[in-house]
Amino acid sequence: MTEAVENTGAHGQEPSRRDFIYIATGGALAVGGAFTIWPFIDQMNPAADTLALASTEVNIGELEEGQEITVIYRERPHFVRRRTAAEVESARDVDIASLPDRDARNFNLGDGVPATDENRSAMTAEIADGVEIEDALRAALLVTSANCTHLGCVPTEGAGDYGAWFCPCHGSHYDTSGRIRRGPAPENLSVPVMTFTSASVLRLG
Amino acid sequence: MSGPSTYEPKTGFTKWLDARLPVVRLGWDSFVDFPTPRNLNYWYTFGGILTVCLMIQIITGIVLAMHYVPHIDHAFASVQRIDRDVNYGWLIRSIHAVGASMFFLAVYMHIFRGLYYGSYKAPRELLWILGVVIYLLMMAAAFLGYVLPWGQMSYWGAMVITNLLGAFPIIGGPITEWLWGGFSVGNATLNRFFSLHYLIPFLIAGVVGLHVWALHVPGNNNPTGIEVKSNRDTLPFHPYYTSKDGFGIALFMVIFAFFVFYWPDALGHSDNFIPADPLVTPALIVPEWYLLPFYAILRAVPDKLGGVLLMFGAIGILFVLPWLDTSKVRSMRYRPLARWFFGFFVVACLGLGWAGAELPDTPVPGLGAIGVDFLLLGRVLTIYYFAYFLVILPVLGFVEKPSERPASIEESVLGNTSKPAPAAVPAE
Repeated sequence: MTEAVENTGAHGQEPSRRDFIYIATGGALAVGGAFTIWPFIDQMNPAADTLALASTEVNIGELEEGQEITVIYRERPHFVRRRTAAEVESARDVDIASLPDRDARNFNLGDGVPATDENRSAMTAEIADGVEIEDALRAALLVTSANCTHLGCVPTEGAGDYGAWFCPCHGSHYDTSGRIRRGPAPENLSVPVMTFTSASVLRLG
Repeated sequence: MSGPSTYEPKTGFTKWLDARLPVVRLGWDSFVDFPTPRNLNYWYTFGGILTVCLMIQIITGIVLAMHYVPHIDHAFASVQRIDRDVNYGWLIRSIHAVGASMFFLAVYMHIFRGLYYGSYKAPRELLWILGVVIYLLMMAAAFLGYVLPWGQMSYWGAMVITNLLGAFPIIGGPITEWLWGGFSVGNATLNRFFSLHYLIPFLIAGVVGLHVWALHVPGNNNPTGIEVKSNRDTLPFHPYYTSKDGFGIALFMVIFAFFVFYWPDALGHSDNFIPADPLVTPALIVPEWYLLPFYAILRAVPDKLGGVLLMFGAIGILFVLPWLDTSKVRSMRYRPLARWFFGFFVVACLGLGWAGAELPDTPVPGLGAIGVDFLLLGRVLTIYYFAYFLVILPVLGFVEKPSERPASIEESVLGNTSKPAPAAVPAE
């Protein structure tokens, strides 16, 4: 071929029906390939029965002041602590600006809410219709994920510089509101979605 | 380097086969008649040892999979049953568990050998890169396999490593959940880890095939780092290196057997005899010894994402090593300065392993008095680790004056008869 011809196909000819077939087949392969791969990727995501296990009920009626229990919610341990008045007070006295993570990390509230102790406590839990529950109890109750936000260890209770939780593995200190104060962990312990379904039952999820 | 094939089928059947599937010819040209530098020392035996290690792991692994149950309620008990009730289960499980450590011991010898003699340099860059791919796959297989017994260290090791991925912004959360198949490390995770643990050895075998192929095109490097120039520089692989490697493998097997029969749990962690408990974390979560240096690098950085990136970078940097080392001389035998820095590098790697095994704020014995804890030690050694690749090797190529090299491999072994009183170079 010596002259440049406009609108030529791969073989220097006018686009033919064969070119169309090539491109259409390639396109079908790409789209079909993507559709085929997706089920093999998505099968790794949590299965329906796993997702269905998404709520746990906690009996808080017998929880005494200063007592802490650990419950499993969504396969993960969670701290449920009825804090003493002193613990609540020390958590409220903290200047939010001094916190490494200023977000409440509370699934009851959504993103971008300041990490005040009120925003982290069970004050934010929903209350089912007809249920009466004392404000003092709601303010004292703290429910958080029990996995350190650094690498997922379970911090020990009543230890560390802030008298609440301490992860010995890599040295993260949490305060009585479950907020990260010192150490490598990037985030506050998260607060799950909660509802008081009766005066003594708190449902997570 | 491999010239025209010298294989001549003799029997009727081999002639028939050779015309249809010349697989015997391939084996003959690759492992019998293959021209190999005559000066390879015992550091080169680890290639053969590694082949044996891979076969041992695959065979014992297939057997163990016949008895192991990948379910969180049964996994721990099934491993105990293998140890106590299955015929010779105690032996096969120990061979597999000790074998993992032996595999890594051998691969580290193999890697440091390559680093010292410049085996990663042109024309063997791809050979080196395939080796790093194998090393990565080995680490993945080892991690996945370590989770399977579902002991405390298994479970929490999995928890810590999978949580690392959460460090990546935005995609981190969904990716970890995808990897777990749930809200945490759980049954779905164990199940898929078992499946993948069974798959990866076959991927390794495939890449080993490519690795050997990429070795046989340019041929072996050797301790002098000088290319083969004539037939007098080489020996046929068989019987010279089959017998030499055979002897090395036999010695290695003595060490292997010592651990299997007398100290089978020495290289594991005692916490793995406690069934996994998602509610209680062990006081100190440590990986297996062969991953400790990378764990120390991870902890050296106070930032989660930074630590993760640096840890992956520590392995990723090996991929570009062939282009970081600017020296024209391949073997460090003739690089007086590089030898020293390489020696420090080996010490740094061992030191990182030590730092990774201890709690970060524990004082280093002997140095605690001047305020050195394992975190600081890990940080200093991490800096050296990266400086070795990013600063020392690139700069050395320009400033170092290499010592005189022999004219050929033959001369380095047999001496040059044309020179008066040749300096005695020990034949290795």
